[in-house]
Formats: sequence, C-alpha cells, structure tokens
Amino acid sequence: MTVIDVPTLLARAIHRHMGDGHGLANARRLSGGASRETWAFDVAGPDGTLPLILRRDPPRAVPLPETSDGTRGIDRITEAMLQKAARAAGVRCADVTFTLDADDELGDGYVMERIEGETIARKILRDAEYATARPILAGQCGEALARIHALSGPDLPVLPVRDARTQWSEFRDLLDGFGDPHPTFELAFRWLDRHMPAPAAPRTVHGDFRMGNIIVGPDGLRAVLDWELAHVGDPMADLGWVCINAWRFGVLENQVGGFGSLDDLIAGYEAAGGMAVDRERVRFWEVFGTLKWGISCKIMAWTHLSGTTRSVELATIGRRACENELDLLDLLL
Amino acid sequence: MSQDRPTAAELVDAVREFLDTQVMPKLEGHTAFHLRVAINALGIVERELAFAPGFDRHEHSRLQGLLGHDGELDSLNHELSSRIRAGDFDDQPPELAQHLMTTVLDKLAIANPRYALYLRHRGQKA
Repeated sequence: MTVIDVPTLLARAIHRHMGDGHGLANARRLSGGASRETWAFDVAGPDGTLPLILRRDPPRAVPLPETSDGTRGIDRITEAMLQKAARAAGVRCADVTFTLDADDELGDGYVMERIEGETIARKILRDAEYATARPILAGQCGEALARIHALSGPDLPVLPVRDARTQWSEFRDLLDGFGDPHPTFELAFRWLDRHMPAPAAPRTVHGDFRMGNIIVGPDGLRAVLDWELAHVGDPMADLGWVCINAWRFGVLENQVGGFGSLDDLIAGYEAAGGMAVDRERVRFWEVFGTLKWGISCKIMAWTHLSGTTRSVELATIGRRACENELDLLDLLL
Repeated sequence: MSQDRPTAAELVDAVREFLDTQVMPKLEGHTAFHLRVAINALGIVERELAFAPGFDRHEHSRLQGLLGHDGELDSLNHELSSRIRAGDFDDQPPELAQHLMTTVLDKLAIANPRYALYLRHRGQKA
C-alpha cells in the first residue's frame, strides 16, 4: 500500500487552487478515522494567514461503509456544494475555499475555513467559558435547522431521498445481518412500525445534527459540521435526533444535547420560519434515533470483528449498545 | 481442570493495574486515549467474570417463565425476539417490561455502571 504524503500534495493543491503566492504551514491531522481524514493547516498568502481545514476520503481500492450508520452517505463534492448552499442561506457553517479534483491526487475532499471554538461535549456542557452559550444554544440550533429545512433551489445538489419507512427497512436489514438476538431492539422496531407517521412533505434534512457536530463559542453556535448524512426526508428527523439521550452526555434533564429544552429548540425553529412542530413526530424520531445509534454501536464493533479495521475503540463501542437499549426502554415502557 | 491462582479475574486485574499505573503515565495523545479505552475494556471483562453467571441464570429463568418452556439461553432469546417481532407482545405485558428492564440493567452493570440513566434507574445520583 502506498502511503500518500498529504502535506506535500496539499501544498501543491493550494498552489493550483489559490495561486502561487500561497504557502502551506502547520499541517496536522486531527481525526483518525479509517475512511475519512481531517487536517488542520494554515495558508500564508498576500492577504495574511488563513486558518483552514481539509476534509477528505483517501482514494482506496475497496469501498468501505462511509458512515457510522452503515449507509453510504453523500460524497465530499456533494457535501461541499450543500455546505455552500447552506451558508448562502444564512446557516452558520464553514466557508468552502476550494474542492479537490482528480489532478490533486488527494482523493475526494474539500478545503474550508477553520472556525475557532469547541466541539467536545464535556467542555461545552461543563466549562465556565460556555456558561453564556448554554442557555441560548437550543434556540440557535432550532434557527439553524429551520434554515436547513428551507434549503432549495438550483444551487442545492441532488440528495438521496430517505423517508421514515426506507430508513426503518435499512436498519431492520442491518440488525438482521448481525444474527444475535436483541429483544429490546425488536420492541423498538415493532413500536416504530406501529407508530410510523404519515409521509412528510420532503425537505432538506441535515441527518446528523447533534452535540459533537457543532462548533460552539461563548457566543453560542458558530458552525454546523458533518453534512455527510444529508438527505431529502422528514425534517422532524433532525429535531428528534438532536434530542436522543446519547447526545446529552449525562445531563439527562436537558433533552437537547444536554444544554437546552425541546421547548427552546422548537421556539427557535418556529421563530426562524420553520413549520409548526408536531411533537409526536419528534418523539417518533427520538425513538428511531436512539435505535439507530444502538445499531450503529454494533456496526462499529463489527467493523473491528470482521477485520476491516482492527481497533480496541471500535470493539468496546459494541458494549455501548445496551446504553441505547436502556434509553429505548425508558422512552417506551 | 482447576487452574492455579491467580484466577482469570485476578490476572485481568493485575494487567489492568499495570497498564493504569505503569504504562499510562508514559503515554500521551491518541495512544493514551486508546489505553484508557483498553483499561475500561478490561474493567468490563472483570465485571463480566464476576456477575455474568448469576445474571445469566436469572435471565434464563425469567425467559422460561415468559415463554412457558425450557431451552438454551440463546435460543430462548431468539424465540423472544421473533415473538416480539411478530407482534405477540404488542400490549407490553408487565412481565415482559420487567424482564427487558432487568436484563438491560444487568448488561449495564457489566458494560458501563457509570452510565447516568443506569444510575437513575438504580436510584443513585450520577
């Protein structure tokens, strides 16, 4: 296997896309995923120093499941187009600087501005620095989601359509693929089947809007990250997902990400032009989201067990599926 | 065959203590994080060695009551899963709810007894 020298190729890509007067500095890899890489770096140019991020999928012979929910997700070019459209519509997210092409030899990816702030839940929920952010964050998340759900028009890339029933079947197949019995997950599948909402008017859905995928400063929400699970579907899926217990990081009483209330999220959503929120539909997606995350824990464990990526971290995540089982029983019984 | 001391649990305990006190101080960054994960994994193994036999026995006995016949633990769990899937328990009878809750709380007692919602169900503060 050839190891790609990312900084060297990145320096060349910067020359190609930004001009000869621009030089690379301080390149460092941030995340250690097998199928996705994030690099932080600076570009020194005529107008000063720009702090930037590279998000890329290394070229590979055998395609891997790209996302933690076991679905393919959108590619990085589509993600960059979506992020540009979202930013143009007033959603707080990073400005895309340029998109990689085949001549860059860096795989599928794009470069964007690096926004200062915190993504680590424990710090956002407990550090004094974010005490001013916590009370306003749920409302800001509601506002961001309303703008995302209103995205449309010619600049928006084509996104996969994933309604509730489609996703139910996808996750049903994923669980069946493992073969081990899960009575609690079965109870949740059955409940979801019997409470399946009527098809929603399709909207642009972020698909992974949650604590961990937002950058927060003392002033609150600064950027929405990780658009790879974006799709066209029921917008209430985003409101339910941001509420699941896994994203509260132990602060159980604050339903939204451990920092805010569903009332504040909905108030921010409706004030920013979002549709009237049907709380039963949000609850359906909260239950579904909890089940999805439980099955995702199993997917990650199997990524290790199958030998695709051997990792003690992936292995032990398999034992976290029962956290989601308890969350489900707490919601359903 | 009966093995000499240390027991499996005592060996895991020795390895965990070594990693925690001797190796951890020498590491940083991603490797230190992964060692923390590994140490937690050994904690899971220790708790499983201690608690799983009793938990499994009680789970087996509850499943026999719920399904009305005997069988291997794994096959009874498959049968319960199939019957829930088929809608046999749509009215969520109290004995099913009680069985699932006890089973999941027992799993968490091994996998992550510090989980906040687990502590709430056990009547303890996080």
